[in-house]
Amino acid sequence: MALKTERMVLNMGPQHPATHGVLRLELEVEGELVAKVTPHIGYLHRCFEKHCEAMMYNQVVPYTDRMDYVSSMYNNWGYAIAVEKLLGIQVSEKVEYIRVIMGELQRIASHALALGSFGLDIGAWTPFLYLFRDRERILTLFEMTCGARLLYNYIWVGGLSHDIHPDFLRMTREFVRDFRATVDEVNNLLSYNKIFIERTANIGILPIDTAINFGCTGPTLRGSGLAYDLRKDDTYSIYNRFDFNVCVGQGLQGTVGDAWDRYYVRILEMLESLRIIEQALDQIPSEGDVQSAIPKRIKPPKGTVYARVENPRGELGYFIISDGNTNPFRVKVRPPSFVHLEIMSDLCKGHLVSDMMAILGSIDIVLGEVDR
Amino acid sequence: MKTREEIFEILKSQFPDAVLGIDSSLPTEPIISIDPLKIKEISIFLRDSEELKFDSLMLLSGVDDANGIKTKDEKGFDIINGGTLSVYYHLDSVYLKQKVTLKVSAPRENPEVESVAMVWRSADWHEREAFDLLGIKFLNHPNLIRILMPYDWEGHPLRKDYQNPEFYQGMKISY
Repeated sequence: MALKTERMVLNMGPQHPATHGVLRLELEVEGELVAKVTPHIGYLHRCFEKHCEAMMYNQVVPYTDRMDYVSSMYNNWGYAIAVEKLLGIQVSEKVEYIRVIMGELQRIASHALALGSFGLDIGAWTPFLYLFRDRERILTLFEMTCGARLLYNYIWVGGLSHDIHPDFLRMTREFVRDFRATVDEVNNLLSYNKIFIERTANIGILPIDTAINFGCTGPTLRGSGLAYDLRKDDTYSIYNRFDFNVCVGQGLQGTVGDAWDRYYVRILEMLESLRIIEQALDQIPSEGDVQSAIPKRIKPPKGTVYARVENPRGELGYFIISDGNTNPFRVKVRPPSFVHLEIMSDLCKGHLVSDMMAILGSIDIVLGEVDR
Repeated sequence: MKTREEIFEILKSQFPDAVLGIDSSLPTEPIISIDPLKIKEISIFLRDSEELKFDSLMLLSGVDDANGIKTKDEKGFDIINGGTLSVYYHLDSVYLKQKVTLKVSAPRENPEVESVAMVWRSADWHEREAFDLLGIKFLNHPNLIRILMPYDWEGHPLRKDYQNPEFYQGMKISY
């Protein structure tokens, strides 16, 4: 009997554990090789943008938590920056420092989850546990500050919901001191592990021009070798006061822009975040009211604003149109994962089905944000 | 790095008919208005011109301007007739570090805008989203189907006069 040679259609998801949420990938495979990938999204769609139109500006903040639920702090922050720009509010020094510390802690927590589950997808159990042990400490710090462990509603327009706990600075210092050892451990266990390198090096190579044309940002773009970081290139808040490097993929184990590079950029970024946190801890003013700039009633003038921040996944943008009322006329979010998911089809072409997991893990998507 | 006014002058001299004007009265960012059927031509120019080099589309957002005549139907729901739907393009130049915002407006009854999905690949899904949620038709789009809502959904939820359906495929929707 002759071998069947036509393409086979294979459905992955919506509930596949390696899709990091509810995502259906429709694969066309030729034997073991992927010929085409069509992502089907929208399973978590709840029309966040329509909700915003019915809310007052300050009521939108808890909704932003629920988009990228593993980096809620940054979602709050991006929204707060956009509305503050529209209103022309300056927040106090202390608020800025606390926001930076929270944002960078969130970046470490988010990368820890991304790297841990990336290893998990490929079959490495142990690094996941080490990273989660330390992510737990960050969540404890957040819980201590605002009472929540996942959806914080912490960064408000003009300020913060709570001041930091008296022990917060000491405990953060201890965490920063200990976390470097974890990064070394993960490097030994996973980054330079021969099996891991074999699975990720030279897989899913994303050339720099394609990455820019697809609108990739964050670690996905930097993995391709371009030092583009909004914290430096379109600086916001007080990031221009800190000394840190923008890490890029260098193709150390394979080609520039492969899955290993995107993975390793995140490892390096965690170390840079630690440096930023250390500097912020040294400089933070002890006095200051975190709620003094919160407006009683938010009624911005007519106009539009687009504010973008460097979320752990890439550029998170908020486009807000105000018609002069207490409710936003239109809020449009630019979620980095939504943009990154689009490149799956190009990256997976010609790879094995099992390599798809490595590629999906390396672009690190969160479906809550894709579907909004 | 060029200001948005300078970019407007360059575009105006290159495409005198298609560039409609610049709105500088807004407090944060001036917005350049473009003819919806010429947007692709202008996009290619913006991307390829040496002094502009807008190589990345940050965001494409559809907006219901709700500037038509508002009436109420027998159940008391708003209905909007006339007016426009708009699409905003936020462009970024990764190398030259400059930004610009473009806007096109198309009539609500027949909102046709030229697609830029072939200029910036990231526009593909953004345009599908604008089609899905607002019903803006992007001409010459490679695959203009719904993306977030179910493929057989009726209506466009982000329109200001959208009415929640009572049934979906014979099932009662509870709110």
